[in-house]
Amino acid sequence: MSRLNQADRPVNMGDKLWPALFCLLAFFLAWEAGVRLLDIKPYILPALSQVLNTLGDMLPLLARHSQSTLLEAVTGLAAAVGVALVLAALMDLHPWIRQGIYPLLVVSQTVPIISIAPLFIIWFGYGILPKVVVVALVCFFPVVVSLVEGMQSADCDMVNLLRVMGYSRWQVIRLVRFPAALPSFFAGLKIAGTYSVMGAVIGEWLGAVNGLGVFMTRATHAYQLDRVFAAILIIILVSLLIYAVIELLAHLAMPWYYNERRDD
Amino acid sequence: MAEIFMEDVTKTFSVNGVLLSVLDGVTVQVEEGEFVSLIGPSGCGKSTLFNIICGLTTPDRGRVLLGGHDNVPAGEVVSYMPQKDLLLPWRTVLDNVILARRAVGRERAAVQSEARELMPLFGLTGFENSYPAELSGGMRQRAALMRTVLARQRVLLLDEPLGALDAITRTRMQQWLLKVWNNFKQAVFFVTHDIDEAIFLSDRVYVLTSRPAKVCLHLSVSLPRPRRAKLVTAPSFLALKKEIMRALQVQ
Repeated sequence: MSRLNQADRPVNMGDKLWPALFCLLAFFLAWEAGVRLLDIKPYILPALSQVLNTLGDMLPLLARHSQSTLLEAVTGLAAAVGVALVLAALMDLHPWIRQGIYPLLVVSQTVPIISIAPLFIIWFGYGILPKVVVVALVCFFPVVVSLVEGMQSADCDMVNLLRVMGYSRWQVIRLVRFPAALPSFFAGLKIAGTYSVMGAVIGEWLGAVNGLGVFMTRATHAYQLDRVFAAILIIILVSLLIYAVIELLAHLAMPWYYNERRDD
Repeated sequence: MAEIFMEDVTKTFSVNGVLLSVLDGVTVQVEEGEFVSLIGPSGCGKSTLFNIICGLTTPDRGRVLLGGHDNVPAGEVVSYMPQKDLLLPWRTVLDNVILARRAVGRERAAVQSEARELMPLFGLTGFENSYPAELSGGMRQRAALMRTVLARQRVLLLDEPLGALDAITRTRMQQWLLKVWNNFKQAVFFVTHDIDEAIFLSDRVYVLTSRPAKVCLHLSVSLPRPRRAKLVTAPSFLALKKEIMRALQVQ
């Protein structure tokens, strides 16, 4: 736990934010200037100003598409967390179960999602379900791995002490193992959260009525790269939103973790 | 009837295929309401002895009776305070100190109000809702001791509870510990490697040899109570100290 502790503890937000903002601004300037100076055609690379214009014009339409993408991402993420919780609890019960399931989990991640996603369309149709399945498949791995590792990191003296006090095995999981796993769990959930929107977009590429993936496919086929980049900006914003919500949940769930040590 | 009765307890561990004899026929007992110390060189197997009492380790040979009975769950007779404070970082001080009491199914609100009343005695007033990471080392030890005392079991097993404290805090905590003991009338079985501390606190002292541990001296401390800090320079105190030092150096 202490390993994550230091890396993850928030420093002064302002100090962390300024360098990032500066670099981002420099990148945007270089993009805009490069496109103008080299006279690059809009169907190869549109200028940032053009992308922002398009973004402004298409905002209502993009908002509608991002709604369904967001719904798929969040539902898939929630499903992934549910599956991960059950798997992690099972794997914590007995080393045999862990050794049995763990390799299968790793193998599941080597299957290229992009190649089996069309099968989900065949099995589950064009609705929201196949997208949710893709998101869940992409997201559950980091969550379950971080949960299992977190539960293993629980202090075994602490577990023993509670056993001597008379707590049952299941109560010890609830009182010690799950709380001890929380910092690691949220670290994994943040990774999963940023993957989730990507998963939903991939799901939509393969066939959907609504969603940012559909919007992007259509725009790409028409060489409307300004629309593609506008959609990418929206995807970034939606991903950041999910990340921020997870960060907020982490603060609510683990006030003890973020409380700074008071000097004595 | 003894609260803790251990007879001829022997334990050997196998570490990487090498047999390591830790306890060799140790016999100790703790009577009702008594303060008994166990003293010995570091690494002599004192913690193993406590783990055996708690049922975390099974002895190879010998008998362990808790409250006069064989095979009772340790948690019904003893309350254990390990060297590390082991407070749950995700629980406030108040919810930590009631942990042992809650294990036996007491109602949360009742135990909490009981704990609140005792906060001044343990010097934790105003920190009920703090998390352990916000406390100083001494406060964490007091919170851990409070959790142990609040279990309201007949014997407290304290494994070097003051070991991590500086000398000044330590002397103060010893007197305070006697006050707590006087208040709750539980028997205390106390592990230490500080000779002064063992004599100052105890009714009886067991001295262990280095590994494999045997009892090489069993001493009654008949110094009057209440005991004050200046006692440690009294001739009767020094005579006992000399005796223990001799026992520890014989090996």
